[in-house]
Amino acid sequence: MAAGTKIDPMHQFTVEPLVPLHLGKYDISFTTSSAWLLVALVLIFGFMALGMKRELVPGRWQVAVEGLTGFIDDMVKVNIGPEGKKYVPYIFSLFTFILVANLLGLLPLAVIPGLHSFTTTSHFSITGVLAVMSFSIVLIVGFWRHGLHFFSLFVPHGTPIVMVPLIFAIEFISFMVRPFSLGLRLFVAMIAGHILMEVFGSFIVSGFNGGAVGIGVGALSFVFIVGVAALELLVCAIQAYVFALLTTLYLNDAINLH
Amino acid sequence: MPQIEQLPFIFFSQLFWLLVVFGIIFFVIGRGMLPKIQGTVELRDKKIADDLERAQAARSEAEATEAEWRARMDAARGEAARLAQEAKQSSAQATEAKVNAAADQINVKVEAASAKIRSAVDAARAEIEAVAADATREMVDRLTGIQVDPKDAAQAVKGKLNV
Repeated sequence: MAAGTKIDPMHQFTVEPLVPLHLGKYDISFTTSSAWLLVALVLIFGFMALGMKRELVPGRWQVAVEGLTGFIDDMVKVNIGPEGKKYVPYIFSLFTFILVANLLGLLPLAVIPGLHSFTTTSHFSITGVLAVMSFSIVLIVGFWRHGLHFFSLFVPHGTPIVMVPLIFAIEFISFMVRPFSLGLRLFVAMIAGHILMEVFGSFIVSGFNGGAVGIGVGALSFVFIVGVAALELLVCAIQAYVFALLTTLYLNDAINLH
Repeated sequence: MPQIEQLPFIFFSQLFWLLVVFGIIFFVIGRGMLPKIQGTVELRDKKIADDLERAQAARSEAEATEAEWRARMDAARGEAARLAQEAKQSSAQATEAKVNAAADQINVKVEAASAKIRSAVDAARAEIEAVAADATREMVDRLTGIQVDPKDAAQAVKGKLNV
């Protein structure tokens, strides 16, 4: 949080180096961001490991894990069809990683001094890389399956010849904007929610320090932050879902060219 | 905004660690563990489907057996009815034959008896005719003293009696 008395809601996004590391001329220091990435990895691995008993009659953990995999399975099947089966691992990795990373950022760890949860998905370098990864897969799959015919994606059926250049330009721009919208949507949703919570959190602190009216403001902010926290939980899940869903939709475009 | 201010210093670190973590998630969890879990689910679905199929097969088999049994029962019932009908018919025929034979014998006896009766009646009539002719001749002789030829008397008696 803030250094001194001034409250800086952006400070939570600062990455602090923990172990300096160098690979050639690149700085790949182990940072707080890397640490929380690893926490997400361990959590996902642990969760999945609980579902690996592979019993015919599943226990409750196995049901939970199978529910998650079945959810992704259904999403891919509905949006891509039977051909989408080989993309399930990627969509699954994307969804679980984003969901766990989002939720980890909401842990109220700051009550323990010296500890602060860090939301890796609130950095556009992370969400951007994920978006570029999805977009590249869409491009590779599209060109690999359809070759140059893939460009017909930009010309919907039944377009009058006169309109083709205009439609092509519009469709092309909307296609190229996809990775940005994909990465930015997640990043913005995360950062906005966290700033909102930080700001209302600081209202509570300074409100309760500031006399009768301040207590009223603080109490109101407390009520409000409860709602915002619940909303953030929803946003975490929705953003992970949207990211995975849009990736499947884009993949569907590339696989089942209209 | 730390994301922008720090970007030049931390970008490679973030990229590297993201690739490491996401790579592990993708290759170890997504491609290693996920198919096994899906396999378990598919195995279970297949088993359930197989069990349902087997149950359906057993059910249709039971239905076929029941239908067969019903058909056999119907056939047996029909056969029994046919046999009973035949037995009834043949016994009726036998009875009729026996009755006919008995009736024939009786008829023969009756015939013989009637023949005897007829001949007895004829004989009696002949005697009566003879006696009546004699009596007639004697009556005519006593009353008128005319001697009637026995032949004529027999003729006349016959004519009166047989009217």
